[in-house]
Amino acid sequence: MSKTAIITAKDVDVFYGDKQALDKIALDIPEYKVTSLIGPSGCGKSTFLRCINRMNDLVPIARVEGDIRIAGQDIYAPEVDVVALRAQVGMVFQKPNPFPKSIYENVAYGPKIHGLAKGKTEMDELVQWALEKAGLWNEVKDRLDQPGTGLSGGQQQRLCIARTIAVKPKVVLMDEPCSALDPIATAIIEELIDELRQNFTIVIVTHSMQQAARVSQRTAFFHLGTLVETGPTKNIFTSPEDERTQNYITGRIG
Amino acid sequence: MATVDTNTPHDALDLVNSQRKKGVEFVVMAILILCSLVAVLVTVGIVLSLIFEAYRFFERIPMTEFLFGTQWSPQTALRADQVAAEGAFGAVPLITGTLLISFIAMCVATPLGLMSAIYLSEYASKRFRDFVKPALEILAGIPTVVYGFFAALTVAPLLRSGGESVGLNVSSESALAAGLIMGMMIIPLISSLSDDVINSVPQAMRDASLGLGATHSETIRKVVLPSAIPGVAGALLLAASRAIGETMIVVMAAGLAANLTANPLEAVTTITAQIVALLTGDQEFDSAKTLSAFALGLLLFVVTLCLNIIALRIVRKYQEQYD
Repeated sequence: MSKTAIITAKDVDVFYGDKQALDKIALDIPEYKVTSLIGPSGCGKSTFLRCINRMNDLVPIARVEGDIRIAGQDIYAPEVDVVALRAQVGMVFQKPNPFPKSIYENVAYGPKIHGLAKGKTEMDELVQWALEKAGLWNEVKDRLDQPGTGLSGGQQQRLCIARTIAVKPKVVLMDEPCSALDPIATAIIEELIDELRQNFTIVIVTHSMQQAARVSQRTAFFHLGTLVETGPTKNIFTSPEDERTQNYITGRIG
Repeated sequence: MATVDTNTPHDALDLVNSQRKKGVEFVVMAILILCSLVAVLVTVGIVLSLIFEAYRFFERIPMTEFLFGTQWSPQTALRADQVAAEGAFGAVPLITGTLLISFIAMCVATPLGLMSAIYLSEYASKRFRDFVKPALEILAGIPTVVYGFFAALTVAPLLRSGGESVGLNVSSESALAAGLIMGMMIIPLISSLSDDVINSVPQAMRDASLGLGATHSETIRKVVLPSAIPGVAGALLLAASRAIGETMIVVMAAGLAANLTANPLEAVTTITAQIVALLTGDQEFDSAKTLSAFALGLLLFVVTLCLNIIALRIVRKYQEQYD
């Protein structure tokens, strides 16, 4: 497993003020696979996700200790520029949050600030590529100049995915990307996640165990700030080793 | 399956009488209506008297002369029987004077107020913010007469001597002095309102931008400010309407000379300063001179009312966008 792991975390502790949110997390995340983080509310799965692109830096009282490496590089090393890190590790949030700009501008935002496209034609191609990858191109190609906020919830979330992958990151983090969506929109996004793993490594936090079972190849179960168990998704859901995992997936805790 | 039993008789419920007196409800409501009516009726009364007296003024002086005339010198006859011309009632110099001073004030207050709002809402630590925001609001609580004598006694002489040392002829009561201080006065208004507007831009927008690898300042310039612009525009319009209606500072620092000029170093006068000048002291109540104050008041009222309505519309529309 460790040979293809793109993200390796060792001894990761996170504190919010005096409160410890994560305790000695060690997790390897394989390349070009979907890894899901599951567990009851407040178990630290989202906190861990936000360590991977250092979004926790934005919380003044948060303190992250330990060692997280992406492709061998320590992302908390003093010389690391978070801006460059986040260009490599994109994030899709719980609630669709398109900018109040046009669909085109939403997707072009990241490439523009990172200077990824030279000239209008290249940018047009990049925007089209990202929207096609996100499965949204056919629905919006005639109205790229209309506001992204006018789309339906599911379309907005796919727009946010397009916006994220337009920067061509190595890793895409998804923080409960379907929790604000109806079942049909959720199904579309789940299919999309399965396709996206050809090009990206995906880490997804989800409250839905069915979703974890459907989209991910590996699953990590968090409980009360610790990583209880991790392994191939099939094993976690059919023959968990830890009693707490067993209790959670059968609905007795959480 | 269990069925609901509808046959067992119930104790009779008393749904008609209650412990409370119905009369009390009515009296409370009547008092509340009365209180709100007082404010409304007084406002209506003021507006009506403005319109009525202004109408009497326009019976003597044609409205076109008032709105487009470039001469303002109402101080003509001391007594009614004195032989003198009726005076000139062209409001253009007053309007331009008002606009000049307000323009200077906005030039000062917009960048300062906006920048401090951005700093407070985006960069300042919570502790610093908790200290500075109330401090700014105290600035808003300084009586305008204090700003007025600060402008007239400190800033104006300073500008005059400063101007002389570089060979500029600065009038001792200049539009610049009044405008600068008026700008200081409206900074808290702009920064406080803009700060609220910037804060109401959802954190999700910032997260999205930062998550894409944008820097803090890129996020502010490309996401936060564009989202906040309508609300900020509303704040600026409210501030402008405050500047146009401001009286004490201009009475004390801008002077009463109705010069038609765009030079900020000269003395100008404003609509409000003229109304004060027209109505202080003993007045003859139906001379054109006195009545012209009502016409000026009406003009001012219409302008600030329009600005306020537009500003509130913009602010409200913007708030709905994210609620």
